[in-house]
Amino acid sequence: MKKVVILGATSGIALEVERQLARRGCELLLVARSPQRLAELQGDLAVRGAQQVFTHAADLACVQQHAAIFEFARRTFPNFDTVLLAYGSMHDQKDSETSVDTLLEELQVNFVSATAILTLFAAELERRRTGCLAAITSVAGDRGRRSNYVYGSAKGALSLFLQGLRSRLHPAGVRVITIKPGPVQTPMTDHLPNAAHFADPEQVARDIVCALERRSPDVLYTPKVWRYVMKTVQEIPETIFKRLSF
Amino acid sequence: MTGQSAAAARKQLAVSPPITRILSWGRYPKTAHRFVHKPAWNDQVPEILRTAAPGSLLPYGLGRSYGDSCLNAGRELIDCRRLNRILGFDESIGLLRCESGVSLSDILDVFLPRGWFLPVTPGTRFVTVGGAIANDVHGKNHHCAGTFGAHVRQIALHRTNDGLVICNPETNSDMLHATISGLGLTGVIAWADIQLKRVAGPWIDAESVPFHSLSAFLDLTRESDGRFEYTVAWLDCFAGKNLRGIFFRGNHATGRGKEFHVKRGPQLPFALPSWTLNRHSVKAFNSAYYAMHAFKRKAAALPYDSFFYPLDSIRQWNLLYGRQGFLQYQCVIPETKLEAFEELLDRVARSGMGSFLGVLKQFGSAPAAGLLSFPRPGLTVALDFAMRGERTLRLMQSLDEVVEQSGGALYPAKDARMSPALFESSFPQWRSFVPYIDPKMSSSFWRRVTEAQ
Repeated sequence: MKKVVILGATSGIALEVERQLARRGCELLLVARSPQRLAELQGDLAVRGAQQVFTHAADLACVQQHAAIFEFARRTFPNFDTVLLAYGSMHDQKDSETSVDTLLEELQVNFVSATAILTLFAAELERRRTGCLAAITSVAGDRGRRSNYVYGSAKGALSLFLQGLRSRLHPAGVRVITIKPGPVQTPMTDHLPNAAHFADPEQVARDIVCALERRSPDVLYTPKVWRYVMKTVQEIPETIFKRLSF
Repeated sequence: MTGQSAAAARKQLAVSPPITRILSWGRYPKTAHRFVHKPAWNDQVPEILRTAAPGSLLPYGLGRSYGDSCLNAGRELIDCRRLNRILGFDESIGLLRCESGVSLSDILDVFLPRGWFLPVTPGTRFVTVGGAIANDVHGKNHHCAGTFGAHVRQIALHRTNDGLVICNPETNSDMLHATISGLGLTGVIAWADIQLKRVAGPWIDAESVPFHSLSAFLDLTRESDGRFEYTVAWLDCFAGKNLRGIFFRGNHATGRGKEFHVKRGPQLPFALPSWTLNRHSVKAFNSAYYAMHAFKRKAAALPYDSFFYPLDSIRQWNLLYGRQGFLQYQCVIPETKLEAFEELLDRVARSGMGSFLGVLKQFGSAPAAGLLSFPRPGLTVALDFAMRGERTLRLMQSLDEVVEQSGGALYPAKDARMSPALFESSFPQWRSFVPYIDPKMSSSFWRRVTEAQ
């Protein structure tokens, strides 16, 4: 892993991943909305040891811009070997219950647009018969909960999509990694109760970089304990689970 | 994707309980904040300032100030730790531009392998650049390098009414002067240019020399300050007038030396019960510590982290002092008032409440880099006291008398209880600082010592 495309480069988890990749001397292509933030980030990662840092300002939630993003990557960063999708959005669940627009936007950002951009990059890596595709979903996608099922269903659907994609790309030797973090201290989760007890993004990023470098696992839970927590949560019978308020 | 806007966050604050988990390093006083903003990008800061009520905000870094100068009880903080990007580095001259939430630890990790070191470093690496500027921190090289602020070439400051203000010795030099040692009250530092220092490698040629009197300490200082870049002394504060201590001095080693990795030590998992630190256990520790160094008086090459940051090897060492926390007393006393200094140490020794962190250093005569800079020619001593309620505060008041009469000063970054009168006599120029305070900024410390609202 030397040349990494980061989709959603200014998200909280991505920032930490990029820093660790920079320290290893990787080359990076960063895609995010704000040109100003990308420029700041580019300077930071270059000083920290990244061989080269390219940036491309675009709105990943907008599928119409994907072709241009993909073209830019192919042109300026032709030998990329890893793609990490790291963007997402978490609105207050209550807003999605009362506004269909908010609901659709949440699904658009977290699921629809993600599958669209991954499809473009998947085809390229499949053609080249090498590389790695990774996407950050969430433990919230492992079971629909009263308090967070809109975000959860979008992330759960993305996990399913990655499952199928993994099977499709396996013969071509392309790895697909599903990254399922528990709650992490990032700007996306600051407003949630107990945010102070969430996982440290640096630790989560370490797990992600480790998974990108190795040959396993296919599905990464980070911090690790969430694999077992979610296994247990999934075992709770629906008749009981529907009565739980979390 | 980018979290909430400042306005949305403030709306939520109406229903959320006060935030009690933010404490300063001394864990005293216990305060609650109404809200903590966590900007991840500099472009988010203007909106936080714009939507705030007057006097409601204070920038916060790694919370290593000991008292209440980094707190804003009942109001809001701007946690700057996510503003931690390095914006540029000029390798030819060692000039670093970074955001205010970058820690000194981070700077060392990135730049020491390339042969650059901090121009000045306090006794912990876990402070932010913003905090180092706001408190104009000093280190073991004060006698030859001055304070941290003396190596700040330029800053960009978010101000509520003036936008982003660039301050350097040519333009807005008065604002630069006020922001260095400005306790975070002049605005939020967006980025700063810091002059790093060339070194050959991570090793320090260090010596430790025991001493048995104040005059011996002064002799050692006089003899060492010309030859050694770094000098400091550890003091057994139970000894009183029969002063004893260990004098540490060192220079950057001239060779690269062998490789080494910074060790991350153990972490105290919780606050120790308060009875574990008592007169006898601390006395025993001090004697053992003294004996250890007195017997192995010699020169050795030390890794920079064990020379500069011995306490950082136990993370959260502040929990040693138990749930009530502790107070640090750091004062400076003019060299001409040595008897005042001895009186101070005597009062500490007689109280029996002293602790194992007595640090002694003679400041150099460099002009102050900031308007409210603490270092000035004289002897500075820093002592820890476990918080044991009224009697701890009474002891410190009796020390205040000595400091005030000698014409000395107390260090705001270490203080949680000095009186407005002592602040006035420590910093008689403070009223000329007031015009530089941003209308949206205030702090627990500032309200206390100026009796403002």
